[in-house]
Amino acid sequence: MSEVTHHKSFLENSEGKNVVLSWLFSTDHKRIGLIYLYLIGIFFIVAVFFGFLMRLELIAPGKDIMDPQLYNGLFTVHGVIMIFLFIIPGIPAVFGNLMLPIMIGAKDVAFPRLNLLSLWIYIIGAMLALTTLMGADKLPDTGWTFYAPYSIKSNTYVMQAVLAAFILGFSSILTGLNFITTIHWLRAPGMSWFKMPLFSWALYATAWIQLLATPVVGITLLMIAAERYLGIGLFDPSLGGDPILYQHLFWIYSHPAVYIMVLPAMGIVSEILPVFARRRIFGYNAMAVTSLAIAFIGYLVWGHHMFTSGMSGPARIIFSFLTFLVAVPSAIKVFNWVTTLYKGSIDLKPPMLYVLAFIFNFMIGGLTGLVNGALATDVHVHDTYFIVGHFHYVMFGGTGFSFFAAMYYWFPKIYGRMYDIKWANIGFWIIFVGFNILYFPMFIVGMMGMPRRYYDYLPEFHWPNIVSTVGSWILIVGIVIMLVNIIRGSMKGPKVGQNPWRGLTLEWQTQTPPITENFEQIPSVTERPYEYKD
Amino acid sequence: MSDTATHIVEHHLDEQASKFGMWLFLFTELLLFGGLFLVYSIYRYLNQDDFARGGSELDMYIGAINTVILLTSSLSVAMSITAIQKNNKRMAVILLWITIVLALVFLVNKYFEWSHKYHVGLYPGTETFRTLPAGEGLFFLLYYFMTGLHGVHVIIGAILLGFVIERVLDGKITSENYVFQENGALYWHLVDLIWIYLFPLFYLIH
Repeated sequence: MSEVTHHKSFLENSEGKNVVLSWLFSTDHKRIGLIYLYLIGIFFIVAVFFGFLMRLELIAPGKDIMDPQLYNGLFTVHGVIMIFLFIIPGIPAVFGNLMLPIMIGAKDVAFPRLNLLSLWIYIIGAMLALTTLMGADKLPDTGWTFYAPYSIKSNTYVMQAVLAAFILGFSSILTGLNFITTIHWLRAPGMSWFKMPLFSWALYATAWIQLLATPVVGITLLMIAAERYLGIGLFDPSLGGDPILYQHLFWIYSHPAVYIMVLPAMGIVSEILPVFARRRIFGYNAMAVTSLAIAFIGYLVWGHHMFTSGMSGPARIIFSFLTFLVAVPSAIKVFNWVTTLYKGSIDLKPPMLYVLAFIFNFMIGGLTGLVNGALATDVHVHDTYFIVGHFHYVMFGGTGFSFFAAMYYWFPKIYGRMYDIKWANIGFWIIFVGFNILYFPMFIVGMMGMPRRYYDYLPEFHWPNIVSTVGSWILIVGIVIMLVNIIRGSMKGPKVGQNPWRGLTLEWQTQTPPITENFEQIPSVTERPYEYKD
Repeated sequence: MSDTATHIVEHHLDEQASKFGMWLFLFTELLLFGGLFLVYSIYRYLNQDDFARGGSELDMYIGAINTVILLTSSLSVAMSITAIQKNNKRMAVILLWITIVLALVFLVNKYFEWSHKYHVGLYPGTETFRTLPAGEGLFFLLYYFMTGLHGVHVIIGAILLGFVIERVLDGKITSENYVFQENGALYWHLVDLIWIYLFPLFYLIH
């Protein structure tokens, strides 16, 4: 037997190079993941701040703190940053990179240098996106969807935003390509497909969407760019183009993209729930297969964004039917999560709290989604605050909460330290309450008929808007508590051992923080990942 | 397992994985053009007469010559792989050079084609272009956009093959390990494949 050698952890092992450079140009998936975490965290805070300003403007009818042009700019950059810089790359780029190779027992992703390239493409795209912030009256004002023909005519910084989204798309494609190849070829001995952790299944399904949907929006954005530069009329009706075609092309990507956002979040829920309920996940096979089913059906439902844009009756009925169909695998997941909790010994640690909140929020977000998916009701709520509420319940209440859950869950593994659990719990409750106070009134005011994307509104919509704005303050207090706790914990928290949550997946079976090559010896796997017996 | 055996297994895995990754990348390229083909078919359906008139204004002979050139270049790049498999480095490099030269000839033809249109003012922004029927304008827009993007891919592919030549000369590509060359060739076949569709869509359907 060879003697056990103790290698340095990936946080300390700079391989004899300059520390800063060894981070920026590291091909280690864990270092790349951490850089993504810091960047994405900063962008999240910036976009939260824009959201805060918008809510402040909406506290009373009429002009309060900004003019309409600035408001249009803010909701656009809030959307662009949140969607393209935070939530699409979010979980795959951060936690996928940090954990996927370890969870399947690999030393790294299949193409480490390509992974580094994805990071740099992301950084370049992000810098370009941030240039749109120069000059308050020049903020792009088209909304994050860049609908033609306005996106061709607006004389704000639409161009940079469009090109940034195009470039960020490549980063996403390459990450997806890397993950698919990694999962196909680098699983540890004995880890068959149906012995993989469910997070890898979720990332696998996500990666296929990244790979197959992103190029379509890439080319569409390129057409917008060409139209702006060259004055050619692909989508501008005054030059013979068809703006509805743009909407189709845009949503062919951007609807699957919401599954890029939410599938990895579901994977995290399936990962955390068994650990803190001390129970085997209910219906492992169904969980794995529904991830693929959601990815597949998710391709075919884009038309439901355009029920009021002008589409034939049969097309609308088919899209509506398919939309209801995609709710089935999502519901199977929710039932399985709840059943996993049944007779478990539930431990309400911070990751678990966020996961339970995910299920709660996701149910509200999912069920209100059916209201939008039904043709008759959608005509009523289309482009109202109801949609804003629905979207934020799924994206923030779902994916955002699951991002926080993952952060609290894998934090001790990454830093080898623990945050303050009591403060994490206090922060959770403030965030959870603030979130619901912020977004729930939007359903009501939307049903009453308040349209989205205006800086002003009629006096009868006043009270829900006050409630909502107060909710945004509570939410921000919670986020600040969370950030302070996390940052303090990463520097001064008490040290923890290899497996503080007593998890069974492979990342808990290696040193904390992991060594650069992840394992002293590549593990071999004999059973499924969630066989809790206590 | 001994160390060398592990190395051989890992090396084999790496090779298969990188070929697999290349195929995935080719999927994304197909979808990139797929979006354009979709736009083309919809506008063709909406403006059938204008598109037919636009098509008859393109020079079928240059298009046909370019098709032959690209198909030949695909042959030469495929043969270069056979050459490296048989350990004939010299022949492999010659065949790769032939491929790159054919790519350049393709681009030169393209240059003549485009510059002719430039002279008659058939490009966005000119008076001639503005007076075209809307559908014909769309036809030429798509023509420039799609063949232009394809041209960019020809350039990228040729550069990639340049790197392949360098690696063959450095001895990094051998009869044992030629996956980089295979990937380069796969990319080149994709460039070819897309042209096979562009040619009839723009030049042949009248």
